[in-house]
Amino acid sequence: MFKKILATTALAVGLAGAAFADDKTKVGFVYVGPINDGGWTQGHDHGRQELEKHFGDKVETVFVENVPEGPDAERIMTQMALTGTDIIFATSFGFMDPTINVAAKFPDVKFEHATGYKQADNVSVYSARFYEGRAIQGTIAGRMTKSNIVGYIGSVPIPEVVRGINSAYIHAKKVNPDVEFKVIWIYEWMNPAKEADAAKALLEQGADVILQHTDSTAPLAAAKEAGAIGFGQASDMYDFAPNPRVSSIIDDWAPYYIERTQAVMDGTWSSTNTWGGIASGMVGIGEITDAVPADVKAEALAMKDAIVAGTYHPFTGPLNKQDGTPWLAEGEVADDGALAGMSFYVEGLTGEIPQ
Amino acid sequence: MISLIKRPQPSKTWMVATPVLAVIVTMILGGLLFAAMGKDPFVAIRTIFWDPLFSPDFAAYSRPQLLVKAAPLILIAIGLSLGFKAGIWNIGAEGQYIMGAICGAAIGLAFYPMEAWFIFPLMVIGGALGGFLWGLIPALCKTKFNAPEILVSLMLVYFAEQIMIAVSLGALRNPEGNGFPGSRNLAQYASSANPELIAGTGAHWGVMAAFAAVVAAYVLLSKHMLGFQIRVTGESPRAAGFAGVNSKRLIIFCLGTSGALAGLAGLFEVTGPAGQITTSFNTGYGFTAIIVAFLGRLNPIGIMLAGLLLALTFIGGELAQFMLSLPSASIQVFQGMLLMTLLAMDILVNYKIVWRKKEAV
Repeated sequence: MFKKILATTALAVGLAGAAFADDKTKVGFVYVGPINDGGWTQGHDHGRQELEKHFGDKVETVFVENVPEGPDAERIMTQMALTGTDIIFATSFGFMDPTINVAAKFPDVKFEHATGYKQADNVSVYSARFYEGRAIQGTIAGRMTKSNIVGYIGSVPIPEVVRGINSAYIHAKKVNPDVEFKVIWIYEWMNPAKEADAAKALLEQGADVILQHTDSTAPLAAAKEAGAIGFGQASDMYDFAPNPRVSSIIDDWAPYYIERTQAVMDGTWSSTNTWGGIASGMVGIGEITDAVPADVKAEALAMKDAIVAGTYHPFTGPLNKQDGTPWLAEGEVADDGALAGMSFYVEGLTGEIPQ
Repeated sequence: MISLIKRPQPSKTWMVATPVLAVIVTMILGGLLFAAMGKDPFVAIRTIFWDPLFSPDFAAYSRPQLLVKAAPLILIAIGLSLGFKAGIWNIGAEGQYIMGAICGAAIGLAFYPMEAWFIFPLMVIGGALGGFLWGLIPALCKTKFNAPEILVSLMLVYFAEQIMIAVSLGALRNPEGNGFPGSRNLAQYASSANPELIAGTGAHWGVMAAFAAVVAAYVLLSKHMLGFQIRVTGESPRAAGFAGVNSKRLIIFCLGTSGALAGLAGLFEVTGPAGQITTSFNTGYGFTAIIVAFLGRLNPIGIMLAGLLLALTFIGGELAQFMLSLPSASIQVFQGMLLMTLLAMDILVNYKIVWRKKEAV
């Protein structure tokens, strides 16, 4: 089967090469949600638009939104590759195996998979150190909560999400020893109805701060109604400022997309594993509004500066795992390998990671 | 002035002509929609309907994909149509699809990493059985307690989704998956893989099963006593009673069969195109198949064509999205138009349209 496809592909690429000899670099994006979700996908699409602005006529970008994670993603990426796309960004964890499969069929096309762990000669992986932003959120949440209950909407229980919960909890606990986290998993990245239900359930359980690892603004809308506070996720969600959105974690993919596309143009692209944080600009902290007292704001910004300067790592010991077994000794810093596969809660968190 | 006169019997000619007419009308309406969005309507329609089939650049890939996308729809819709014909409403094929996939996958994973010829056949049986048993629950609730099968089968979808999430995080999770949810990849494990049978056609076992189901359903409905019973029950349950139809047995047969076919569709999907059970394994085939069943007028051949047509709009729609920068919502609107137009055209099947001059008073 592959032989035939490859033969057809070679033909197609040959034709395409002849037809599009104007050496435009074609960049494809595969999105899991709609481009106006207000969060994750909007962030990536913003990156795409910045890419177009940066290169002007030298690039052509194409995208498909609302792509289910699975065989549909594989088909869409194959068709993108068949129509002369030079580099494809697959922007959801569930696109991992489809990306690897398609990449094997098109060795000349470059692939970039966000938040996964499988690399190949023509597949790079990239993600952001969202947990750095979570540390700042946790600090604000711990200071701001009056009920001492922080609600957390979990999406899919993968290490990235678990890491965020741990980071937020550690830092909330640091400034407020009485704080308690309640986590609700919705097992989807984007489902405004479920997100709103989860937020309401958490608010009813007494939470007055809502953190979310889901992509829509529905939790903020629920928080607003209940007089609670929350944070923008993935995009700034500034429409909800100054209250309930008191700050945000902003994913800025544009510099990365520009850099990688440039590498394709220069012929210097190689398979890499990128994990950018606040320092590299991939994670941004949205404006902390006046709803947060000045001293708390100063504390949060000081932590941001320390993370950027490299003098503070959000996962610094002493830290124990949930069951009380030691994880990091005093002053020890977690290495990237341990963080990449993190599938346990730290001590103090209640409940279980679904498994 | 126009008036409608009910036909004594649905028109056979219009029954065949309306789907074709509906597609043409949809192309015109859709073209207007795309034109209003500032796109060239002819290019848009060509991209959706023509390019996946005949584009020199990529049709060699997208034609087989049509079968891959249509097969589960057809397989499920054939099962549903049996019940729908008899007035037995299985709305929960999505759940039966999931349970079939889980049961079949569980069998395959239990044997991992052993390689043996009998593993895949066992998984197929497991898949059918999983769907069958899940379909049996609403059947028994209906026959024992007279609980509406529409509600019970629908609720069981959400139940099945929760089980799917639980097993992708627990029992069936890939132990080498770095803490990420999802099972091992069954398509990459030789004994459980469901690859293309003939290179370049897209035809895996699920496609074969779908065509076999079309033929079997056709024979059943036109030649077999059971088919007669199904038809007569749908047309007049009272008459069916007099004709000696055991309605309870029919309910169990229809829900069980449609469950088994949906389960098979799930199994062939998880061993082939999807490869693994994940928290987002199901993508709505079970619900879309309901549309396919009605679009095909509950007729096996019609269902096959409807399944292929819907698959074409999915694949062509994706192409239109990234080649013409159309938003995915506009493609959904377009698909909705197609269904609405087809249903609206039904008026031609059941009514005669007559032009009459106003009569003088």
